[in-house]
Amino acid sequence: MEYTLLILLLPLASFVLLGLLSNRLNHKTSGVVGTGVLLLVTLLSFYAAWNYFTTQKAGGVFQSLLPFNIPWLGMGPQLHIDLGILLDPISVMMLVVISTVSLMVHIYSLGYMKGEKGFQRYYAFLSLFTFSMMGLVLSTNIFQMYIFWELVGVSSYLLIGFYYTKPEAVAASKKAFIVTRFADMFFLIGILVLSYYTQTFDFGALTSGNTALFQQALSITFMGASALVWAMALIFIGAAGKSAMFPLHIWLPDAMEGPTPVSALIHAATMVVAGVYLVARLFPVYVVFTPEVLEGIAYVGAFTSMFAAVIAMVQTDIKRVLAFSTISQIGFMMVALGVSKFEGHGGLGYMASMFHLFTHAMFKALLFLGAGSVIHAVHSNEMSKMGGLRKHMPVTHWTFLIACLAIAGIPPFSGFFSKDEILAATYQYNTGLGIWMTFVAGLTAFYIFRLYFSIFWGKENRYEHHTPHESPRTMTFPLIFLAAVTLLGGFIPFGNFVTADRSEYTIHIDWLIAVISIVVAVEAIFIAGMRYQYPGRRLKKMPSLLQGFNRAAQHRFYVDEIYLFVTKKILFNGISRAFAWFDRHVVDGFINGLASVTGWVSVKIRGLQSGEIQWYAFVFLLGTLLITALFLFI
Amino acid sequence: MSYFTIFSTMRSEVSLLTIILFLLVYDLIAGKKGESYFQPVAILLFTLHTIFNLFPAEAGEAFGGMVQYHPVMTIIKTILNVGTLIIFLQSKYIFDGNRMKHQRGEYYFLTLSTLLGMYLMISSGHFLLFFIGLEMASIPLGTLVAFNKKSKMSAEAGAKFILLSAFSSGILLFGISYLYGVTGSLYFSDVSVLLSNNPLQIMAFLFFLSGLFFKVSFVPFHLWTADVYEGAPTNVTSYLSVVSKSSAAFVLMILLFKLFGNYLYEWQTLLFWIIIVTITVGNLFALRQQNVKRFLAFSSISQAGYIALGIISGSTLGMTTVIYYIFVYLFSNLAAFGVITAIESRTRKINISDYKGLYHTNPKLSFVMMLAMFSLAGIAPFAGFMSKFFIFSAAAQQGYYLLVIIAVVNTIVSLYYYLMVVKAMFIDQNDHPVPALRTDAWNRASLVICTAAIIFVGLLGFLLDVIEKQSFGM
Repeated sequence: MEYTLLILLLPLASFVLLGLLSNRLNHKTSGVVGTGVLLLVTLLSFYAAWNYFTTQKAGGVFQSLLPFNIPWLGMGPQLHIDLGILLDPISVMMLVVISTVSLMVHIYSLGYMKGEKGFQRYYAFLSLFTFSMMGLVLSTNIFQMYIFWELVGVSSYLLIGFYYTKPEAVAASKKAFIVTRFADMFFLIGILVLSYYTQTFDFGALTSGNTALFQQALSITFMGASALVWAMALIFIGAAGKSAMFPLHIWLPDAMEGPTPVSALIHAATMVVAGVYLVARLFPVYVVFTPEVLEGIAYVGAFTSMFAAVIAMVQTDIKRVLAFSTISQIGFMMVALGVSKFEGHGGLGYMASMFHLFTHAMFKALLFLGAGSVIHAVHSNEMSKMGGLRKHMPVTHWTFLIACLAIAGIPPFSGFFSKDEILAATYQYNTGLGIWMTFVAGLTAFYIFRLYFSIFWGKENRYEHHTPHESPRTMTFPLIFLAAVTLLGGFIPFGNFVTADRSEYTIHIDWLIAVISIVVAVEAIFIAGMRYQYPGRRLKKMPSLLQGFNRAAQHRFYVDEIYLFVTKKILFNGISRAFAWFDRHVVDGFINGLASVTGWVSVKIRGLQSGEIQWYAFVFLLGTLLITALFLFI
Repeated sequence: MSYFTIFSTMRSEVSLLTIILFLLVYDLIAGKKGESYFQPVAILLFTLHTIFNLFPAEAGEAFGGMVQYHPVMTIIKTILNVGTLIIFLQSKYIFDGNRMKHQRGEYYFLTLSTLLGMYLMISSGHFLLFFIGLEMASIPLGTLVAFNKKSKMSAEAGAKFILLSAFSSGILLFGISYLYGVTGSLYFSDVSVLLSNNPLQIMAFLFFLSGLFFKVSFVPFHLWTADVYEGAPTNVTSYLSVVSKSSAAFVLMILLFKLFGNYLYEWQTLLFWIIIVTITVGNLFALRQQNVKRFLAFSSISQAGYIALGIISGSTLGMTTVIYYIFVYLFSNLAAFGVITAIESRTRKINISDYKGLYHTNPKLSFVMMLAMFSLAGIAPFAGFMSKFFIFSAAAQQGYYLLVIIAVVNTIVSLYYYLMVVKAMFIDQNDHPVPALRTDAWNRASLVICTAAIIFVGLLGFLLDVIEKQSFGM
């Protein structure tokens, strides 16, 4: 299956081509080139997936495959960094997800970004992102993954800051980059600790269950935890940064300053699940050797999902609602991984997490693209500027509704199946956690229908520019396609393909849990409908305690302010000032002193260069005699 | 010994001589019609010679040890060839404006004669041949410096160069005569084993060395440099600062390693002080220069100090890094001179202040000049950074930490004046900047070559391995 190398090389070539030719291409050509290349990549990915899942099964277990691997950097007798391609169930599944969503976004952008300045640049960056993301999931070792991890960060930075004349976009791109880089620092330390003790970067070796490999890392302890626990926890911090887990989630809502299709691709479907992917990739290590870290992951995920869902309930910018919803849903995936065991039915959580990753990518991309279509029509992100759009934009309306039903967990839409598996896994683990997550699922249904009703129902606004109309076909086609996937995706026998121990798992729906969650979701939708379908009819005023809570939620519980306080007041004022003083007075002082002494001396010795040849010869002779004297008499 | 062995030992000298003779005859018979073809013909022949020189040969000697050959000499001569070739590419305008159109042949003929002299110095195994080479490398160069007959500056520079060359040759010859007197032989192989701590021998050694220091322009033997560089036609200046200086540095290194091994302690101590003084004084004077050519003269003096930093280590690594450093220096300096030639040939402007605002009219030239300055200053990731880094590590490996620290501090000083040029081009305002100009195709080619080398040579790690394989140490 060497052709999988093309999946990496084609987007890279497209990036180089579009980037270099840039303005020499007209908009249409660059869009067609970018989309065409991606179509090819998508076909290859699907073919690879089909090929892999039909042929690579031995003894009921999917085998890992290395179609391409070269040693790159040797760093000692054993430790070496390779560059290669790793095919196994999760990486192949990710190939399908990334290429599908990316292709849809490419097509969608043909319409959405039409006439924008820097159209070619936009497509070049999209290609770069696709290349990086594909490289990330196909990496054979953790260091290679780290390289692509950073590349993904860079392309995300470039795309968030695409409208670089807008100060908010620039600030948001900076914020995203710095926050994720901050997390990546821990990731890198984790990688170094892990590789130092195990003497390998290779995923194959790390996940083979070889106890001897971790002997040393487990025996050395630091502050009450073994080196392996530290390493795996640090690696998880890196994952939490990319996947926007609390408290590193603050960059994701701001990242919505980027073009909406970019949000759909990067900040909903692909890059933000890289953290989930990383945990899944190292899952055998987590589950066997560091179950305590895995437990921590479950609780971080559970808290984040509730936290983000609460904030999503009160946001008024439709993209931010979706951003917080994404954070909350990634929390679901993390919880599922955290509660999972390795083998047999214990591995339900792992399978459910991957399943949810898959379905979520599709319906969340659909939600974002639908939101983009609405924004395209209304020229605003604010809910208050919308309302009653269902008549004007039927395609957007119906596809958006499908996505809302999916995320709310209503059968037979895909979200129902994956979420139900996650809930079942959490109940298996701990009833309290199960109830908590069921409640979050209810909140999800509420905020998403609050969004839906405010956009498409309610009183029609006076639209300033023109009456909104349906988006062009390039934009509606991806909506319809993704809606179809969302409708049918739940019936994929996912357990046959992706499981923790890679042997088959038959999905069966736990009807008790399913009925409970459906009832909760329908209830929540009903409340949302009552409140927002007819804006004239308000429910009773909220009690004052809840109002305060409401305000705090609107301000995202002041997490950003805490960050600002810590960085501006403590770091910049306290620590940086001292360093700045040292730099200005001691370091610069030395350099400035050097400069002034140099200048002074150079004035003083100018006379040496008199231009007179006698003098030159004299100095010459003097020099010769001087060095002779130096050696003969000293 | 067969003729073929002799030929393979001296093949580069033979082929160069052939070209020289051909050009001489061509000059005689071509007449006015052939003049415009001189540059292409010279470049073509010289390219063939450069390629021919690349064929490998075994180490060996000829004429009873008069001529010696070692594979590293192929690398060294190739570097000199590349430098000369690039200068030829830039030489189209040397004849313009000063009514010397009928001297094209002489220019190439004289330049190649000096190159032959350098070849002889490098491959000599005997003091007599060495001295002939030295004179061959000096006297035609004096003619070249005074090439511009209509210019007083050029004539003055030529006179200074010839007089001081003669003076230094005198001192060097004085040293050689004493060496002969105390050892009774002029063969390097004999002299090298007979040298001892006898004061007379040490004196002779030091006198000999001063003559070489003059050619490399170490302080305090450097005073001629700025005046001659300023007065000479620009292409001759670049030849002086790149090819002539490099050849002298190579010769110095080979002689110190091969011939004066017994005086390791002496010349290391001597070089220690010379390096400090040379780098520092070169920098201090470069700070205040207004004329670009004078500025580059002092910059090249301090660069010579850095080169000596590789020589002083006396190791195989030292030789490798010196060769590598000069290889990089060649491209960086010639990139700068290519830009200077382009501007001077059209506008006659050679002051740094004339370069103000150059970026707005000639962005490409400014870009090349900027890269050249960055590389000379040793800013990463350009080749100049790598070469400086290697040379520092070679010196540090032998324990010269203090020297390396002084050199690094001086690098900071040099950063100032190199960046002054960049600032003038990119930041300073000018009401009458140099108008937009387009230089000839040959010069453009040379600038492309130099730019590519500045960017890529530092990244080609195998170059260092190739050089190291042939290098030798003490």
